[in-house]
Amino acid sequence: MHNLIACRECDLVQRAVTLSRNAVALCSRCGGTLYRSHPDSIEYTLALTGSAIVLFVIANALPIVGLQMQGQLTQTTLFNTVRVLYADHSKTIALLVFVTVIAMPALELMALTYVLLPLRLGRVPPYYVYVLRILQVAQPWSMLEIFMLGVLVAVVKLADSASIVVGNALWALAALMMIMSAISVTFDARVLWAKAIPER
Amino acid sequence: MTLPAAATASTLGLLACHTCGLLSRSHSEGSHCPRCRTPLHVRKPFSVSRTWSLLIAAAILYVPANLLPMLHTNSLFDSQSDTIMSGIVYFWHSGAWYLAIIIFSASILVPLLKMIALAWLLVSVQLRSRGQQEQRARLYRVVEAIGRWSILDIYVVAIVVTLVRFGVLGTIEPGAGAVAFGAVVVLTMFASMSFDPRLIWDPSERRDG
Repeated sequence: MHNLIACRECDLVQRAVTLSRNAVALCSRCGGTLYRSHPDSIEYTLALTGSAIVLFVIANALPIVGLQMQGQLTQTTLFNTVRVLYADHSKTIALLVFVTVIAMPALELMALTYVLLPLRLGRVPPYYVYVLRILQVAQPWSMLEIFMLGVLVAVVKLADSASIVVGNALWALAALMMIMSAISVTFDARVLWAKAIPER
Repeated sequence: MTLPAAATASTLGLLACHTCGLLSRSHSEGSHCPRCRTPLHVRKPFSVSRTWSLLIAAAILYVPANLLPMLHTNSLFDSQSDTIMSGIVYFWHSGAWYLAIIIFSASILVPLLKMIALAWLLVSVQLRSRGQQEQRARLYRVVEAIGRWSILDIYVVAIVVTLVRFGVLGTIEPGAGAVAFGAVVVLTMFASMSFDPRLIWDPSERRDG
């Protein structure tokens, strides 16, 4: 029964076949993705995660964007945006931004490192399956790429009334957006789940 | 094990784990997946009623999200309130038509189409319809993929109010519409997560007993 696979989208049970490199197996009934063949999924994803962490730290540490009016420069970092929103404007929106732009991406990157680094060294870390589950919950709520687009829209919106100073974190954010989408391509949950040994 | 023409995990008496995909034979509904410890279910529990409730809540909040202002601007000379639509109209007239299109798609079109799509999926599942199953499966995939982009306007509001804080532009405050809109985004995301796409295909199986 080990080579049987049920489609996650339509429940059809099919036999898993060996794929050629970078091929995708689609469900014969609904066309959903069954699995992909990523021979180096762990290595690629780990390497990308490493660069993503560096970029994430830069994106959080430096100002994203600033506004210059009459010689006065107002700049904001990611966390400062959340802090100002929370203190002066709306706690709900502050929370939503914090969760989707800081907490979930951070959780995602930490979980990826925790899972992938020991695997690369040939070990399965403790609480492996629980961290994988956390990872799967965090992923849809990590919305850095949308935030990036949001910053660009805000910049255009304000460009009429003030001069905009693009911060260095914006470049880091742009690079991070590309790295994160690369991770979503190389990451393969099925490869990682196969490393967990079922209890009987 | 020989497979019948259209054998599904549920007709074979197997449980497929929602989290890790493992097929297990000797486990019952509600017991834990031997691999990842997630509770096992044949289908996501109460999928239809959960999705309906989240969807209805989102549809109700979609009204204030569009009617109430996203942003209040107060300057020395005037005060102004912008809803999602008036922001789009402003961009359209100021020549930034590409931004108008992006915001219109992300803030108005995507949530609306997502809610209509989910409602159609739910109704067709409840009627046990066998028509257009492939199209409906594809529709669900699209809804899952693009639904999250509707949060865009929340980020625009967040950046704008933080930057224009002490400037000569006056003060800009997020309006009640922004909170309602954030709730719509979160609720529709939970709604599409709680929908089980396998329900689309269940009417195709002849179940005995």
